Amino acid sequence: MNHENPIVHDIFGIPGADLNLSNVFMTFIVSLIVFVFCVWGSRKLQMKPKGLQNFMEWAVEFVRGIIKDNMDWRTGRVFLPLGLTLIFYILVSNLVGVATVGVVGHDLWWKSPTADAGLTLALSTMIIVLTHYYGIKVRGTKAYLKTFVSPVPFMLPFKIVEEFTNTLTLGLRLFGNLYAGEVLLGLLVGMATSSIFGFLGAAIPMLAWQGFSVFIGAIQSYVFVMLTMVYMSHKVNADH
Amino acid sequence: MHSYIDLLTVGASVGGLRWPDMLVQLLFFLILLALLKKFAWGPLMNMMEKREQYVASEIEEAEKSRAEAEKASKEAADQLNQVRAEAQKMIEDAKSAGTSQQEQIIAAAKKEAERIKEAAQADIQNEKERAIQALQDKVASLSVLIASKVIEKELSEQDQEKLINEYIKEVGEER
Repeated sequence: MNHENPIVHDIFGIPGADLNLSNVFMTFIVSLIVFVFCVWGSRKLQMKPKGLQNFMEWAVEFVRGIIKDNMDWRTGRVFLPLGLTLIFYILVSNLVGVATVGVVGHDLWWKSPTADAGLTLALSTMIIVLTHYYGIKVRGTKAYLKTFVSPVPFMLPFKIVEEFTNTLTLGLRLFGNLYAGEVLLGLLVGMATSSIFGFLGAAIPMLAWQGFSVFIGAIQSYVFVMLTMVYMSHKVNADH
Repeated sequence: MHSYIDLLTVGASVGGLRWPDMLVQLLFFLILLALLKKFAWGPLMNMMEKREQYVASEIEEAEKSRAEAEKASKEAADQLNQVRAEAQKMIEDAKSAGTSQQEQIIAAAKKEAERIKEAAQADIQNEKERAIQALQDKVASLSVLIASKVIEKELSEQDQEKLINEYIKEVGEER
């Protein structure tokens, strides 16, 4: 009953290049779901919105609100597609693992991709790299470098360390929340499948925890986008 | 409890950072970002901007038409006031005209009445004088006749004339 990940070791003969096919599968599924949903929601756009278009526009307004809270809308509007894609991608990633956990043979195929530390860290690394990119692009190299030594030069080491801690906390916060959720769900599933009493005992907590996981999933996707915009604003805002 | 932890499906996923996973996920994410930007967010944002502009222009139009309506209503009120004043003036004119005409008519009537009265008086005077004249003539001839008959024999022509004259005088004084 011990579940393993479907790992392919040393792809293309490169030592250490281990590929978890489950992650590949799940990120593809999540991307597909998000793509189909969003494109379906934004087809046949009308002046008078109805149905799914209302929801999509609400989402746009929501992310626009997050961006506007952190920076000037004129510099912030380029981040809108990024924020929207992030929030949908992370939300769907969080939710796919709540209701079901799919196992084929001994391999765990279906789970939240965000319950894998590597994937969340990849996302957070991408975000931090993007903040640096946009920091240079929006304010110029000189102003960008100056942010590391302001207000006083001895802040430089702290500023550099901060970039790494930001990356780590951003990624591990998401991972920790989702991973804890999956651990508890796994425990409850194990308990439920062990005996009839276990099933009766686990049913109510499982229901409650799944509801809570949906809540956590939504909150964490919001927090991730919020922090993305906060870090972005530190780099692109002139008044910081 | 140990067996439950063994059951943990997620236990394996914590181990190690596999950079191929990361790369594959980043690739998927970036493809998703590009596709959604083209097919979902772009059209959505366009539509929302279009609607914002539409609403703004509608509001502008509404304000413009409201200002026009206010102007028109003010003009209408002005005109109404003017018409009312004119009507008032007309009524007053008519009233004063009526009053003056009334006075004129009354004055004319009075004048006419005066004239008729005077004419009547003059007529009466004339008639009276004529009647007196006629009576005098008649009395003269009658008295002559009577006197001639009574004193035909006793009176001379001279005395007779004297008598008649006295008599006529008396008649004239009596009147």
